[in-house]
Amino acid sequence: MNLFDFCYGIIHWLVDLINNIWYWLGDFLPWWFGDFFTAVGDFAASHGHIAVMAILLEVIIIIAIALINVLNFIWLDRKFMGRMFDFYGPYYVGYKIGGWLQNLADGIKLFVKEIITPAKADKVGFLLGPVIYVGSSFLALATIPLGRQFYVGTNTDLASTGVGASALIAFAFFAIAPFSILIAGWSSNNKYTLIGGMRSAAQMMSYEIPMLLTVASVFLLAGSFGFMDIVAAQHDIWFGIPLFIGLVTFIVCLAAEVEIQPFDLPEAEAELVEGWTTEYCGMRFGLFMMTGYLRGYIGGALATALFLGGWHGPAFLPDPIWFLIKAYTVFVLIEWARWSLPRVRVDQILDIGWKRLLPLAILNLMIAVAVKSMGWF
Amino acid sequence: MWINMGPQHPMTHGLWNLRVKVDGETIVDAQPEVGYLHRGIEKICEGRTYTQIIPITDRLCYGSSLTWSHLYCLTAEDLMGVEVPERAEYIRVAAIEMQRIASHLMWLAAYATDLGLMLGFLHAMRDREVFIDLLQALSGSRLTYNYPRIGGVAHDIPPNFERDSLRACAYIENRLREYEDLYEGSRVFMMRNVGVGLLKKEDAINLGVTGPPLRACGVNYDLRKEMPYSVYPEIDFQPAVHPAGDCYARYRVRMDEMYESCKIIRQAIQKMPKGKWRVVAPRNAPVGTGMGRVEDPRGEGMMYIVGDGTDKPYRMKVRSPIFVTVSAAPRMLIGYKVADVVAIMGGLDMCIGETDR
Repeated sequence: MNLFDFCYGIIHWLVDLINNIWYWLGDFLPWWFGDFFTAVGDFAASHGHIAVMAILLEVIIIIAIALINVLNFIWLDRKFMGRMFDFYGPYYVGYKIGGWLQNLADGIKLFVKEIITPAKADKVGFLLGPVIYVGSSFLALATIPLGRQFYVGTNTDLASTGVGASALIAFAFFAIAPFSILIAGWSSNNKYTLIGGMRSAAQMMSYEIPMLLTVASVFLLAGSFGFMDIVAAQHDIWFGIPLFIGLVTFIVCLAAEVEIQPFDLPEAEAELVEGWTTEYCGMRFGLFMMTGYLRGYIGGALATALFLGGWHGPAFLPDPIWFLIKAYTVFVLIEWARWSLPRVRVDQILDIGWKRLLPLAILNLMIAVAVKSMGWF
Repeated sequence: MWINMGPQHPMTHGLWNLRVKVDGETIVDAQPEVGYLHRGIEKICEGRTYTQIIPITDRLCYGSSLTWSHLYCLTAEDLMGVEVPERAEYIRVAAIEMQRIASHLMWLAAYATDLGLMLGFLHAMRDREVFIDLLQALSGSRLTYNYPRIGGVAHDIPPNFERDSLRACAYIENRLREYEDLYEGSRVFMMRNVGVGLLKKEDAINLGVTGPPLRACGVNYDLRKEMPYSVYPEIDFQPAVHPAGDCYARYRVRMDEMYESCKIIRQAIQKMPKGKWRVVAPRNAPVGTGMGRVEDPRGEGMMYIVGDGTDKPYRMKVRSPIFVTVSAAPRMLIGYKVADVVAIMGGLDMCIGETDR
């Protein structure tokens, strides 16, 4: 049973319901017309059609859950920032639910604004940047399992669902974003965006490697590339406990990967105006901002699945709730650092990446090897 | 590649332009350009009577307006030969030291946002309110006070002012220690500040840099000690000096100055005698010149007035500290990264109102 099965059941039930009426209508018509009705009804009830529809429904469910989480994240971020900075945060729009509707109001405002493409910008690249950025982030979403039975599949058979390498796929999609930032920054034909894009590339070079090394230690302990197996292997003890160094390294790398405050060099607002998003306005900027938080959500989910035991927790709450609680905690930790630390410089970020995090990641990998060879996992 | 950082840029506190030539991320050349906010204040003053000029000089700097109206009153008193009552001098000293703390706190807030530390901004601005409230109790307004007069101050101090000032000093000293924990306890802050924007002692002196940037180079030059005005000789304090000459030294000098200002406020409140707080100044100035120099929160402020026997000055000249200090920007910037521009220029505490006048 996975999300696919769930959707398959719903679509199957819907098709049966409609087909009852459809076949009943066909009975009233001449035989040649009735045959056509029967053929359409049979096609609708076929496995292939229902599977495609089920996948579409799956996509809608996953994106809806992600977007609701993003709205929560933005709200949580603003409220948390407000508490730290001695003000209330969003308050008036949606007064009774703590200002939660403020995000929707901001979204509507951005949605009705004009989208301007600079006259001297490269039109194709300028459009392609946001498309790749948003698209790759949403793709990474598809690999994350929220519970034992809450994961994306394309088949009812677990062995062939493609979840065997889902962690690898997630990191592959997650690492595409810096390229789109480079494209967006370069094609905007603006000096600030260009510097922002180049910084993004430099940052990716120095943070991908320690991040993937810590992830490799998790793969080693779990003996699998799939999130399902990794989380299942953490049933007794979370990987974050033997690999505590790895957990810390991973969260620091995550902050750099998601590009938030101490490491938000590509959009350092004090020196580069708004960095690589300077020339984007209206809903394109809104998408960038939303995707930034979405990447925060994905990052928190990755840390949860890899180090914090995924959905494992006391049984009085369902799996996805435990998973989301842990993901939110990681996100709040990152936000805490975000609002209380100054921004580091571009050469210092490379120093931190290569001289501090890489040795830590290698040490962590050695610990993982030792733990595994002792036969404790 | 030349980058225009300004006139509309988050780095510029005010309207000015810093053209920076970069090679990759490293700065190889820099040209500061000021003049976007020229309001012709010196010329406006020539058309006004001596009393009417006081609110105009308030508009010279939004960060520390009281210092500039005080400076103007000092200059006009020098021109007219007015003796100021001692009580008024002590009130003035207490008020301008409060203004210095408020100005430095505003700098601290802006500096924090420059470096990306959003937390520091609102906390420092909130503590600035304490001193703004005190000055409001004193003068009636929050930003442009119009408080000093030629021959004294506009009003006597309000009831409970002594008590409130002493409480505010105790409060801000505690808060400053918290800020030191928040700023210097953060390794990222130290990485961004130590060794950044080095200015040599000789360069600083040759370029005419004054105020905290000069004292951060290890030069013990404070006009309150060197050419004492008002009642500063009777007050015991030490100018803040730091030998390093980098951004951290400038930060440190300003923080220490706030502690010293608290000391000065306490002494001024305690030593304040009873008596008159204002004498009547003549309407017409004699033929002659008057000059005044004060230690502004940003450096040395100087004014020069030529009187021609009427009730309006013939000429008035303002020497603004930042207008001179900004010429040292290329010396500090070249060789550092683009991200250091905000730290270095933020460390100078730019105030464009007085720079462009």
